[in-house]
Amino acid sequence: MKISQKEIEHIARLARLELTSADKKKYAGQLSEILDYIDQLKTVDTAGVTPTYQVTGLGDVSRADEIQPLEAVKAIKDNWPDRQGDYLKVPGVFDK
Amino acid sequence: MSIQGTVCSIQGFRLAVRGYSSLNTAYCSPNTQNMDLNQLTIKAAHEGLRKKEFSASELLATCFQQLQKWEPKLNAYITLNEAGAEKAAQAVDRRIASGEEISYLAGLPFGVKDAICTEGLRSTGGAKILDNYLPPYDATVIRKIRASGGVIIGKNNCDAFGHGASNENSDYGPVKNPWDQTKVPGGSSGGSAAAVATDSCFYAVAEDTGGSIRQPASFCGVTGLKPSYGRNSRYGIMPMASSLDTVGPIAKTAWDAAAIMETMAGFDPRDSTTFNQPAPRYTKEIERPVKGLKLGLPKEYFAAGLDAEHERAIRAAISELESLGVEVKEVSLPHTRYAVATYYIIVPSEDSANLARLDGIRYGVRESADSLFEVYANSRQSGLPAEVKRRIMIGTFALSHGYYDAYYTQAAKVRTLIKRDFTEVFKEVDALVTPVSPFSPFPLGAKADDPLAMYLADIYLIPASLSGVCGLSVPCGFTARNLPIGLQLIGPSLGEEVVLRLGHQYQAVTDWHQQKPKLN
Repeated sequence: MKISQKEIEHIARLARLELTSADKKKYAGQLSEILDYIDQLKTVDTAGVTPTYQVTGLGDVSRADEIQPLEAVKAIKDNWPDRQGDYLKVPGVFDK
Repeated sequence: MSIQGTVCSIQGFRLAVRGYSSLNTAYCSPNTQNMDLNQLTIKAAHEGLRKKEFSASELLATCFQQLQKWEPKLNAYITLNEAGAEKAAQAVDRRIASGEEISYLAGLPFGVKDAICTEGLRSTGGAKILDNYLPPYDATVIRKIRASGGVIIGKNNCDAFGHGASNENSDYGPVKNPWDQTKVPGGSSGGSAAAVATDSCFYAVAEDTGGSIRQPASFCGVTGLKPSYGRNSRYGIMPMASSLDTVGPIAKTAWDAAAIMETMAGFDPRDSTTFNQPAPRYTKEIERPVKGLKLGLPKEYFAAGLDAEHERAIRAAISELESLGVEVKEVSLPHTRYAVATYYIIVPSEDSANLARLDGIRYGVRESADSLFEVYANSRQSGLPAEVKRRIMIGTFALSHGYYDAYYTQAAKVRTLIKRDFTEVFKEVDALVTPVSPFSPFPLGAKADDPLAMYLADIYLIPASLSGVCGLSVPCGFTARNLPIGLQLIGPSLGEEVVLRLGHQYQAVTDWHQQKPKLN
């Protein structure tokens, strides 16, 4: 399947990736090639076959809803890329 | 060069050893013997520690000496844990001195793949976006090993977030194959395999989603186990494909892998996909005779594409197993040919969802920009290597509107057929014997720009991963150019005992696993 440059731009936007124009060209070619290979899956007869999304056969697992102490609070804060004291800074969601 | 401050720390270790011996001279072996301590297996080193023939601090010092010799050639580590390792080793020495019984892994230095979280010890996953990331917690498997006295020597280089079969997709530079430094060590756990092969650690904890333990283990001539999905906790593993990811050991012998599994395996309330079944005493179980075990030889794995030298070595290994009383018969896994295509839809799909968390907001490197979109996009652009972006693109495409059913759902259905092949075949045989890789370690750069060729390197490894069964890679020969060849033993889900038993008893009658690369 051939992937156009426009589709590459759309996918990149969905994936929150900013690609250079060289990257766009390269990925369009490589993705087309990979999808050509993957297209062989369409030849497999899967009528009546249930998809496999997990392999263990385990069902839902529940646990008691109890508060557990978290010792890593400082480490979590220290990992935050931008902060002011105990305030963790994030970029604004809405345009000014 | 990504290793920091190692020279002074090595001196620090010598001091630590001396300090130790002055307290307790009876523990110290002569200096001439020191050089070989790092070459011991877990089994032998554990015995030596128990009998007080040497100390954990000495083991650590010899491992660091070895690491210093090889590291400039290999680039197998991203971060070293000098201070932490020293403290951990000394703590074990105090326990031994006070007469405490210690477990197999106590006092033994080990490497941890950088895509596995280690509390307070930098874990980049091989990508710059996490260049400054200090995990607030240990992965469950690491917590268990640390609790039993394990000593983390450092974090092993890898393809970023497990994406690759050559270790060339690391932002911290490629790892070289210790047998031939112009060749790749395999991937994604290339640093782990190279480190174990050169004895800078006793074993390494790595992860395998589609061959990332087994293939580098075979390329570097060491033993690697991909456990069954759900056998070991994935908590604290940087996720790639959550329905395939497994954590397992790269070790010098199958016995050592069994000892590591005894410590790591089991249910974890923090990973609800782990089986609620206790880990067997693998080290005991693998001593049971293999006579009468039935081994299947899947004909699809010996078809066109398998290098002739490899096939000869595998066939010789099969004869060796037969001489141990194992029955071998040909079997069929008819959907094998669709495995790579299935994998390269399912894995990038899960991957693209998992990697969405790497956006520079809560941890890692955040690029500043005017809009939120640009903050995300710029952080990901500069922080993720090309192969990671490529997989995110494939996965996002496969999950996007209009393509989901044609690609993702269809791949999930074919996965059912591939898994069913294994279920059927394990009604007839106890394990399967196959090659690990269709070819020898390839030159650096040879496949770097051809993603599809790189994906096909894992053709014998991916079906087991999609099916959740276990696979062990053991050394079974060398090519004419002195590059290691690996044999894969595939067992059913929770069949680690069978493949480890076969591997252990094969290693009892062969010495491929004892060959060591030479430093030149």
